[in-house]
Amino acid sequence: MKTKLQKFKESYFLYAFRRDKVAMASFIALVIFVLLAITAPWISPMNPYDSHNIDLMNSEIPPMWMEGGSPEFILGTDNMGRDMLSTMFYGLRTSIIIGIGAVSLQAFIGIVLGLSAGYLGGKIDAILMRIADIQFSFPYLMVAIFIGAVFQLIFGVGSYERLAIPLLTLIIGLSNWPMFARTIRASVMGEKNKEYVEAARVIGLPRFTIMFRHVLPNSLTSVMVIFTIQVASAIQSEAALSFLGLGMPVTRPSLGSLIRAGQEFIFSGSWWITIFPGLWLVIFVLVINLLGDWLRDVLNPKLYKG
Amino acid sequence: MFAFIIRRILQAIVVMMVISLVGFSIKSKIGDPVRDLVGERVTPEERAQIADKMGLNDPFLIQYTRFVKQALKGDLGRSFIYNKPALEVIVRHAPATIELLIGTALIIIFVSLPLGIQSALQPRSILSRFTMSFSTLGVSMPVFLTAILLIYLFAVNLQILPSYGRGETVDLFGNGYWKTGFLTHDGRLHLILPCLSLSSIMLPLFIRLIRSEMMEVLETEYIKYAWAKGLSPARIWMVHAFKNTLLPVITVFGVQMGITFAFTILTELVFQWQGMGFIFLEAVERSDISLLIAYLVVVAGVFVLVNTVVDIIYGFINPTIRIAGTR
Repeated sequence: MKTKLQKFKESYFLYAFRRDKVAMASFIALVIFVLLAITAPWISPMNPYDSHNIDLMNSEIPPMWMEGGSPEFILGTDNMGRDMLSTMFYGLRTSIIIGIGAVSLQAFIGIVLGLSAGYLGGKIDAILMRIADIQFSFPYLMVAIFIGAVFQLIFGVGSYERLAIPLLTLIIGLSNWPMFARTIRASVMGEKNKEYVEAARVIGLPRFTIMFRHVLPNSLTSVMVIFTIQVASAIQSEAALSFLGLGMPVTRPSLGSLIRAGQEFIFSGSWWITIFPGLWLVIFVLVINLLGDWLRDVLNPKLYKG
Repeated sequence: MFAFIIRRILQAIVVMMVISLVGFSIKSKIGDPVRDLVGERVTPEERAQIADKMGLNDPFLIQYTRFVKQALKGDLGRSFIYNKPALEVIVRHAPATIELLIGTALIIIFVSLPLGIQSALQPRSILSRFTMSFSTLGVSMPVFLTAILLIYLFAVNLQILPSYGRGETVDLFGNGYWKTGFLTHDGRLHLILPCLSLSSIMLPLFIRLIRSEMMEVLETEYIKYAWAKGLSPARIWMVHAFKNTLLPVITVFGVQMGITFAFTILTELVFQWQGMGFIFLEAVERSDISLLIAYLVVVAGVFVLVNTVVDIIYGFINPTIRIAGTR
């Protein structure tokens, strides 16, 4: 009997990973990004959430290699005198928390509804998939922006900003679940007529057990494939919402709200306030996308085109 | 076919009913129609009187029915920040957004077609490799960052293009509704940067789509037959292969323009472009609920209408859709 580790070592998955330099590089970059986000409170030069550390006298200092820069602030400071590098670490942390939280919610809703639709079929399938189709016919960013706007009006700007992380998770989670529902339904439809499901039915297992214990684990590959790419798009949605002022407040910034805050200073020549968080976000999303594309090619080459 | 059309239209009506119900619930929960009408300088007694006269104390369903009836007549409430009917505000700002979309569509068509075809015909050339890696980067770039970078480069550093606003516009029909920027030099200059940044989201996708569709078509039997027949390469590529590439591309184009519409909100914010997205953000910021709900109803209505029409056209082209009923 081989252990799981041995099995993994001999798998095609690892073989393909080792042969692909782009995948390896993006995986390493992703690990670094996640480590930076987790350890942000310890490695950041200062805590940007703590107003004691912030000195307005230090505002708009350029990066240290430029004229007027200081070695204390490697990438310079923003308009409120916060160290850019620290706000970028903290912003990354917020973006990752919201991204993963929102996609987990999308996956949960999508799996429950898609599994029920695919396995139970009939009327339930027709109704659930019609709802998914209808939501799919509106762009998800539009849906997210609108839910965000309504939430902000209901809660008021103050409480919205306090509850921003859970609310953004909810908004992005609700706006893009049909993708998961459709994917899981398609693979459940393929699984449910196989012999092991037939066998489980013959020995009299309850429907619920068959659905979640037998069919679901065998349909999860397709979810894994889209999970990665969905995280990238959730992080982009979060950045977009924050940029519109419907997301994280400037006092607890995500990457999107950092770009929003720095936007006006680009005219006065303080480009680093916007460009650094922007590039940071682009590289991070790019890394996830590259990894997601690779995962799709390896796990399921025929899943979908484009 | 007739049953399919009826079913599709019924579905559209149900969706619009649900959306208007959601919109109305939000409006009746947090909106303030008295303020929308008379402003904030009235005594509480007067307010109560006006509220009673406007029927704001009626049961929910009666108020909802009234809302739908008025909406069907084109009355979607009053925007208090503009002090005008909300629908009129939206209609006046729509042309700016539509022109943004037209400009974007033009850029996408004229850039993605040649680049996509080129990278399908010569997948190993330097230009196609450059295009492909650039398009991977483009997918990961948020549209507002592209916009900011373009402003920084062309407006702040090089100072050759304007950074915000619509510039000089011309009244198209003489009634003040459609002010176009396409007819003046200044207006066209103002269109360049917003359209470029909007098209940057969709360009990578289209180049890839055209490339993969074209490569697939080039592998088919009838193309091989055309080569065997001795037709000229230009004729095979442009007439035989390209024509069959186009159908799926046009289908996706329609869907993607809808998605691009969502991104106009971001672009309009960066460029201070006085379009629909801009007034939507203004409505959110100053809690103009009537304008917000009117925006929801109008935008949802346009999407539902377009989707329904497209589905019905598909029904004519592809009979399997209308027989199955579901996609």
